[in-house]
Amino acid sequence: MRKNKTIVRAPTGRFPGFNLGEIWDYREMLMLMVWRDVKVRYVQSSLGIGWAIFPAVSQMIIYTLVFGKLVRIDSDGAPYSLFAFCGIIPWIYFSQSFNAVASSVYGAGGFLQKIYFPRLLLPLTALLEKGFDFCVAMLVLFIVLLLFGGKPNWNIVFLPLLILILMVTSLGYGMLAAAIMVHFRDLLHLMGYVTIVLMYASPVVYPVSLVPEEYKIYYALNPMVGVIEGYRSMLLSTRPMPWDLIGIGSVVSFIGLLVGSLYFRWTEPKFADVA
Amino acid sequence: MNSREVVLKVDALSKRYRIGVRDSRAETPVEVLKEIITRPYKRFKDLRDLSNFTDNEDESVIWALRDVSFEVYEGEVLGIMGANGAGKSTLLKILSRIVAPTSGEFWHKGSLASLLEVGTGFNGELTGRENIYLNGAILGMRKSQIDKVLDEIIEFSGVERFIDTPVKRYSSGMTVRLAFSVAAHLDPDILVLDEVLSVGDAQFSQRSMRKMENVAQDGRTVIFVSHSTTAVSRLCHRALFLSNGEITAEGPVERITGLYLGDTEHTKMAMVWDESVAPRAEGLVKLLSVRMIDENGEGIERVDIRQKIGLEISFEVLREGKIVLAEFQVVNEQSQTIFTSIERHPEWSNKNRDKGLYCVSGWIPGNYLSEGRFSISIAFSSTSPRDTYLREDEVLWFQVVDPMDGESVRYDYGAPVPGFVRPRLEWK
Repeated sequence: MRKNKTIVRAPTGRFPGFNLGEIWDYREMLMLMVWRDVKVRYVQSSLGIGWAIFPAVSQMIIYTLVFGKLVRIDSDGAPYSLFAFCGIIPWIYFSQSFNAVASSVYGAGGFLQKIYFPRLLLPLTALLEKGFDFCVAMLVLFIVLLLFGGKPNWNIVFLPLLILILMVTSLGYGMLAAAIMVHFRDLLHLMGYVTIVLMYASPVVYPVSLVPEEYKIYYALNPMVGVIEGYRSMLLSTRPMPWDLIGIGSVVSFIGLLVGSLYFRWTEPKFADVA
Repeated sequence: MNSREVVLKVDALSKRYRIGVRDSRAETPVEVLKEIITRPYKRFKDLRDLSNFTDNEDESVIWALRDVSFEVYEGEVLGIMGANGAGKSTLLKILSRIVAPTSGEFWHKGSLASLLEVGTGFNGELTGRENIYLNGAILGMRKSQIDKVLDEIIEFSGVERFIDTPVKRYSSGMTVRLAFSVAAHLDPDILVLDEVLSVGDAQFSQRSMRKMENVAQDGRTVIFVSHSTTAVSRLCHRALFLSNGEITAEGPVERITGLYLGDTEHTKMAMVWDESVAPRAEGLVKLLSVRMIDENGEGIERVDIRQKIGLEISFEVLREGKIVLAEFQVVNEQSQTIFTSIERHPEWSNKNRDKGLYCVSGWIPGNYLSEGRFSISIAFSSTSPRDTYLREDEVLWFQVVDPMDGESVRYDYGAPVPGFVRPRLEWK
């Protein structure tokens, strides 16, 4: 049997590389960890998988009452409830996965100190685990759209692209937050506020058309702007696909992935010492 | 041994840690105010420095490991010994790649799996079967590998009936057994083990010890850290002795376990009291010294299980008119008294003892005590009327060691031999 030689050196301060091959070697562990987290979340609850869709439905009802009926926010011609639902589904996946990725290393504590595995598995587990809920929610979204008069158009072929941008954003910035949070717990306390601020900086309860034209370019720096507006465009046919917003957003998103993963890999050797 | 291939080579490995140091405290109101303002920045700096080191070190830096180098050959079982805080666990953590070394490097050939704690990653909500797969994956096994040994794992753990029940409903013993079973069926080229042998009840821990021995005899390369000299001398061929983060000795396991037993407070084979602190029964008797000796009357450092050993007690009778007899007890680590022996003396057994200095010795035959660590209690008493004047516990500590050369009662049987005593009986 051929035996590979593994060399482990003290970190030199230079970038250690991503070692994606190793993550591939650990794919079974990744899938088991994802499956464990999903199962553990729903085991022994009578609503079970129903909880995957509960936050989206309840938020849709609240927003429809408050912003649709009371404040009467413009919804680009679509029924406000559908309009809100199309924004809430991707938003919930983003906020949940972003938070889960950010606290994935901090939350792994003891695990980190007892066993070796590529640490990138932790944020990936968090991202994929929340993805399970997202799949269920997407299914429900399609059913709702079919029943209540959504107007999907051929742009729907770009849906995977939007989801990719969403996942890259929450993974990239989430990893950056995760690596910082291991050292500085301050971030743990901040995450909730950051999420709320981000929500109002995204067109979840209001349309992009309310944002003044001259600020749109800054507004689009938030990758979720393009994603949510794109969702509405392809599912409700309210406006043409906002390629400008999506373009700017995806650049920011991939910068996040680059910075996040670099910083994560760079600080990784110290995780077990300080977690 | 040198003809064999080196499969793990550690080269000048060091690890630094920063430990907490108490801050200076503000005393005047102005200082307090200043501190409130500067505190967040200072905390920020402290947190950042947790893992940053500069060349000018202060008191907050300790070296958990310093310049450790060694090699492990294929098929070898290497023991690592040392007192608490000697750096054993740090070394294992670095070899397992859980923490990164501060400097130095190591390489290994083939796969390396480590078992620093039984049951890492067990999840109470999942069933036993699911946990086997999860834990196996965490320890680096493929699903196909686990499929192959699944039945064996379940059988070894002895929890067949509950295998599809969530682990949170298991007793703690069952959980540990299941976790150990998974770990015991790991199949890496190099296995790194921390003291995980002492798990479960007595019966299971014997079973797991035997399993470990099989692993060792299979020609697997194993690195094994333990406090238990018995386990190390049973399993290992060669051992390292770590002290304050440095390797201070390396060699055949007998020599290293000897060092370990001689280290710090593991044994105390002789005791002499100063006049002022000598234990005494007011005005009657005073204990002067106690030591363990061999048949030549020489003080000894360690006790071979086959060896006859004497306990020499020196004392002074301060006043006449009482029967005074020396007495000792051998007590095991669980505080159970193995036996009591009262001095037999042709002259003083039934007669009031004269004033003066005495030196008596009681002899424990070879092949009598079992392996392990024992303490000696000394007492002075009278047999009629029964009365104890003085009693001193844990005067000495000694360790009985089986050299494992096949000559003792255990032959070369590796697993624990139960029993308080281990006499060599006549068989016909």
